[in-house]
Amino acid sequence: MRQPLLALLAKEPAHGYELKLALEQTFGQAYPSPNIGQIYVTLKRLEQDGLVRSEDVEQTTRPNKRVYELTAAGHEALRAWVGEPSDGPRIRDEFFIKLILAPMAGLADRMELMSSQRRHYLGIMRNLIELQAEIDPADTAARLLIEGAVLHLQADLDWLERCQEELV
Amino acid sequence: MSRSAPKGLPWPRGGRGGLGEKAALPRGVRGDGSRREKEQGGSGGDSPPEEILRTSKLVKVYRADGVTVEAIRGVDIELSAGEFVAIMGPSGSGKSTLLHVLGGLEPATGGEIWFLGQRVDGLSTAGWAILRRRHVGFVFQFFNLLSNMTVADNVELPALLAGATPRQARKRREELLAELGIAGKAGAAPARLSGGEQQRVALARALANEPSLLLADEPTGNLDSSNTRDVLRLLRRAHAGGQAILMVTHDARVASLADRVINLFDGMVADDARMVPIPRRVNGVGDILELKG
Repeated sequence: MRQPLLALLAKEPAHGYELKLALEQTFGQAYPSPNIGQIYVTLKRLEQDGLVRSEDVEQTTRPNKRVYELTAAGHEALRAWVGEPSDGPRIRDEFFIKLILAPMAGLADRMELMSSQRRHYLGIMRNLIELQAEIDPADTAARLLIEGAVLHLQADLDWLERCQEELV
Repeated sequence: MSRSAPKGLPWPRGGRGGLGEKAALPRGVRGDGSRREKEQGGSGGDSPPEEILRTSKLVKVYRADGVTVEAIRGVDIELSAGEFVAIMGPSGSGKSTLLHVLGGLEPATGGEIWFLGQRVDGLSTAGWAILRRRHVGFVFQFFNLLSNMTVADNVELPALLAGATPRQARKRREELLAELGIAGKAGAAPARLSGGEQQRVALARALANEPSLLLADEPTGNLDSSNTRDVLRLLRRAHAGGQAILMVTHDARVASLADRVINLFDGMVADDARMVPIPRRVNGVGDILELKG
């Protein structure tokens, strides 16, 4: 969560709860409602690393709030993050290791492993399709994320088919 | 099986002449005691769902120039009224062949096909044509609309062939095209339509006779994602309305909507499993996006 927080702070200084709200608004329904505790922990670490600094702002009726802003080093780290290419998606390596190793140890049948994995993928796919029908079409971020997940899942299923062709 | 074309049949689903008496039995009365228990929602009631289709040890072998290819090697499948079954599998696994054999487009080499309680694998070409006309709708990847006829005529033709009056056929066509959101295209030639619209017309044509079974071969295989969404929606609606569907597809979006998914491999059933819903997290899409760090 480091980089998203840095990116939001590059726009303007903010306190923890404002950052939580900003994340929710930006990613809409696609976002797992961020845990406020996690945000505070991350901010503390960013501060230890010198990427943000904070100051207490007095409030009359409530406890002080701590407002964070980006440091020069934070700006630099953010720019470097934006500039570097992101990793490609990884294949479902845990499943692949099971698929290769479990039959060797006599623990499972490959065809059965692939069948149950396919059923699981299709179950996830159905959830995605239902979600797609539920979200507000104007929520572009959510729509594109779901479409991305759908395409990745389709690729996983196609790959499963290839495994079936080669391994059985 | 009569070889002559049926005349003046009640339409759309008044009687099922031509398929024998059994086929005229009301839905839900024919139980097959040996059938697996189904926990399917929607079948309701206490009587088991009506069996639409069943195969036993189905075999299809192609022989050409001394080469023998076993495309289907002993397939046992069954499909009940209202069920949506997707057939998946690698290319060359026999999916399309299976669908064609089940629709009588190609003869089986061995085994049995039972349709609405009647054995049909021995039907003549004409017998199959009559069976299809009354009971089976087909949707293909490349739409296969008649290019020299209007959209309206394409959709009305199956009803007319099955003995509907022109007025009945027109009424049904108007309903279907309206439901599929293409009422404005009735007078157009198929070639003037987008791929998604053509597939909707093909779907309307397939559903025109309220078939007992809809057979679909990669119906979204040639569509972009927004047209796929439309076809998906229409299939869901047809399924919700009780339409039995057997569909070959590579498209996991479509397959995931099925009640059951059959995986075909090397001409045999490798998996035949009911879809089990995976509980969704409270946060909905929360599973999709994971922030690093």
